[in-house]
Amino acid sequence: MTLSLQIFQFILSGLTAGSTYALIAIGFSLIHNATGIVNFAQGEFVMLGGMFMITFYTFLKFPMLLSFILTVFSVAAVGLLLERGPIRRARSKEILILVMITIGASIFIKGLSMILWGKNPMTLPSFSGEAPIVFLGAAVMPQSIWIFGITMGVVAALSYFFKGTMTGKAMRAVAASRRSARLTGIPVDRMILLSFTLSGALGAVAGIILTPITTTSYDVGVMLGLKGFSAAILGGYGSMPGAVIGGLLLGTLESLAAGLISSEYKDALAFLILLTALFFKPSGILGRGRLRQV
Amino acid sequence: MGNKNKIFLLIYALIIFTLPAILQNNYHLMVLNVAALNIMVVIGLNLLMGYAGQISLGHAAFFGLGAYLSAIFTATHGVPLWLAMPLAMAIAGIVAYLIAIPTLKLEGHYLVMATLGFNIIIYIVMIQFDAVTGGPSGFAGIPRMQIGGLIFASDRQIYYLFWAISIAVLFFSLNLIHSRVGRAMAALSHNEIAAGCAGVDTEGYKAKIFVISAVLASLAGSLYAHYITFISPGTFSFFYSIQVVTMVLVGGRGSLWGSVFGALLLTLLPEALHAVQEYSVLIYGLILMVVLVFFPRGLFPGIGGLFAKRRTVLPPDSRERPALEKRA
Amino acid sequence: MMLEVTLQGKQTILETREVTLRFGGLEALNGLSFSVTPHQIVSIIGPNGAGKTTLLNAITGVYSPHGGEIFFHGAPISRLKPFQIAALGINRTFQQAQLFSNMSVLQNVMVGMHPKTKAGFLSGALHPPGERIEEKKIRERAERLLAFFGLLPKADWTPGHLSIAEQKRLEISRAMASEPELLLLDEPVAGLNIRETEALGDLIIRLKEQGQTIILVEHNMHLVMGISDWLIVLHHGSKIGEGRPEEMQKDSQVVEAYLGR
Repeated sequence: MTLSLQIFQFILSGLTAGSTYALIAIGFSLIHNATGIVNFAQGEFVMLGGMFMITFYTFLKFPMLLSFILTVFSVAAVGLLLERGPIRRARSKEILILVMITIGASIFIKGLSMILWGKNPMTLPSFSGEAPIVFLGAAVMPQSIWIFGITMGVVAALSYFFKGTMTGKAMRAVAASRRSARLTGIPVDRMILLSFTLSGALGAVAGIILTPITTTSYDVGVMLGLKGFSAAILGGYGSMPGAVIGGLLLGTLESLAAGLISSEYKDALAFLILLTALFFKPSGILGRGRLRQV
Repeated sequence: MGNKNKIFLLIYALIIFTLPAILQNNYHLMVLNVAALNIMVVIGLNLLMGYAGQISLGHAAFFGLGAYLSAIFTATHGVPLWLAMPLAMAIAGIVAYLIAIPTLKLEGHYLVMATLGFNIIIYIVMIQFDAVTGGPSGFAGIPRMQIGGLIFASDRQIYYLFWAISIAVLFFSLNLIHSRVGRAMAALSHNEIAAGCAGVDTEGYKAKIFVISAVLASLAGSLYAHYITFISPGTFSFFYSIQVVTMVLVGGRGSLWGSVFGALLLTLLPEALHAVQEYSVLIYGLILMVVLVFFPRGLFPGIGGLFAKRRTVLPPDSRERPALEKRA
Repeated sequence: MMLEVTLQGKQTILETREVTLRFGGLEALNGLSFSVTPHQIVSIIGPNGAGKTTLLNAITGVYSPHGGEIFFHGAPISRLKPFQIAALGINRTFQQAQLFSNMSVLQNVMVGMHPKTKAGFLSGALHPPGERIEEKKIRERAERLLAFFGLLPKADWTPGHLSIAEQKRLEISRAMASEPELLLLDEPVAGLNIRETEALGDLIIRLKEQGQTIILVEHNMHLVMGISDWLIVLHHGSKIGEGRPEEMQKDSQVVEAYLGR
């Protein structure tokens, strides 16, 4: 295989992973925009997406589409519970505390998964088979196309939601200025609840589409969450197009580096990229700077 | 440090040093030895969180650096212990300084991510660099702790050494809190701008405290390595970083005695939960959530309960003037 | 500018030269130039939003001017950090008292002495005799300051329990703890009643009589006219007038600025 073809292959597989990172990144951005906190349980939402899907489809033998919908609703419910429960009831609204609470929640969810589903990795069948499709000389898994396609579909739907619907616009108002949003009568608390619920749903989608390729187990949430967060920062925290670009970029860079340099340090690469991005441009590629004024 | 603290310290030391006479089970001693080390890490982290108002989710990496560096220097390169450990501490300190410089410009959870990312990178290096570190199966054959010719071979001997060091760290930290630097740190943690205008080099102090906390963690790590004589990457994952942050929060930011309590409680608790191994992760997460939701100031809040910098959930609007000009 | 310096006949302690500061699109300070001579009370007045607090923030290093320069005893300070400026001898109070409510009244003042003391981390941890002596001196001086400001009986209180007037005095005593040559007071009598205002005014005059140079930002015209040696009037970030209080009272531009058009 020629080098350029190899690179093309790496880029394609990078876009695959990158799509899921993008979805996870959007989840982070949603909650951060609404509340200012980093939801460390985001990765667990992704894990739960895979787990619930396996439960509904593989164990309970529900049809695929129904399982998909049920999973999304289930994990959205988890997001809802997280907000309504520990986050809402927290006696301190300090950001560090709330963030640590999400960490506690992620540990709790992880522990619960360990008990419910055991420690062994599990997988889902690909949506439309395993036969690779040849595209411009490179082999592409059909699942990759599903991943990319579904991701773009979700992004398009979200774009419409934020630009075209009242609720979406209300959420953008909350992201811009919670105070002003409250003053104009927007139910901020409900928007915050919505952001958690939506993030849960997004995490679920990411988990479902990714599991056929990477398998899932009770502890995948951590790494995925952190990578999604890296992607969010890379693309400019708080911006949805930024999250998408960040995710795709991270996935591609990761894949290229793993393929061309060394696959052993692949995971560390994501964080090296993150640290470099933070060092040189703390506001990310597309974000508004929130640098402390000196 | 005030008479109250001196009395508490005395009673504390008394209890600690008479305990081995009562405890015959070496396993219990081992748990307490680890607790002594955790207390050191947590005190350092509390200085960072409770006084410098910073957050680190990467202290496992400093703990691990201390362990691996000291192990590699002594076992692989034959460096004497009395040199290897300070060397490891110095390296940890330098690394911490290099991290502090850029990240202190960032605010809030960007710093968290930077330290977390650092933790993960070090963790992966520990696993991948197996020629040097022994990889995932760990590093064995670390020489035992020794001072002069005295080798600390038994859990009991280690107990006295570790707790002496741990109590010393507490002693010096209590002194520090009640000194000029301690006041400056408390001011810095409460109101950074006013502290700066009053003459406190806020950025410099934050960096120094980060370095000190890293060096303490590194010392604890080295001691750990020469005690257990075998280390593996799993001990230094970011789960440990979260554990020590939890210990700070449970005890109460700004309260050193709270750190002692938090570290003791959360070191002994998993051992008690050993019986329910499967549930230990779940219960840990549950405790973390419960304490933080209902006791955000911890169980030993600092003076006036107001040691933490006032932070709101609201990030400032981009058009608003900086906090200095806002009417409360 | 040269004229102003020779008119005063003494050396300038502080000088701003064409200082400009922007927030987003808003110019908070616009080519501001003036100078201050020692042992005086200079008041900076002007309508709200004129840039008075911004000016104090620029002088103390909280903000960095985008243009122009600030000189302290002839040396440029606009790029210095706040703690360095405090060490040079400029200290301040804030519009809303920024006290350290997590420590006692006495400890607040003790923190104020930070630039003039030196015990570091090692001394703090080891607590050697030299450090103990310094701590004792810090405590004694802090107590003397509290006594001067009438706060000694409440030395162990937390600042939150003090009245507004007491909090203001505490903040001034903390600023004075570092023996500053130049003291900047940001609306020290805001929120005080007439009696408290007069008392604080007397206190400020006493400080000046002890040799202090004071820049006062205030809205209370009665106080300003009563104690100032010199007035600088700001409007929209620019200086629209300066001179002795009686002169400024009659200046048409100044009056217009306050009354609006």
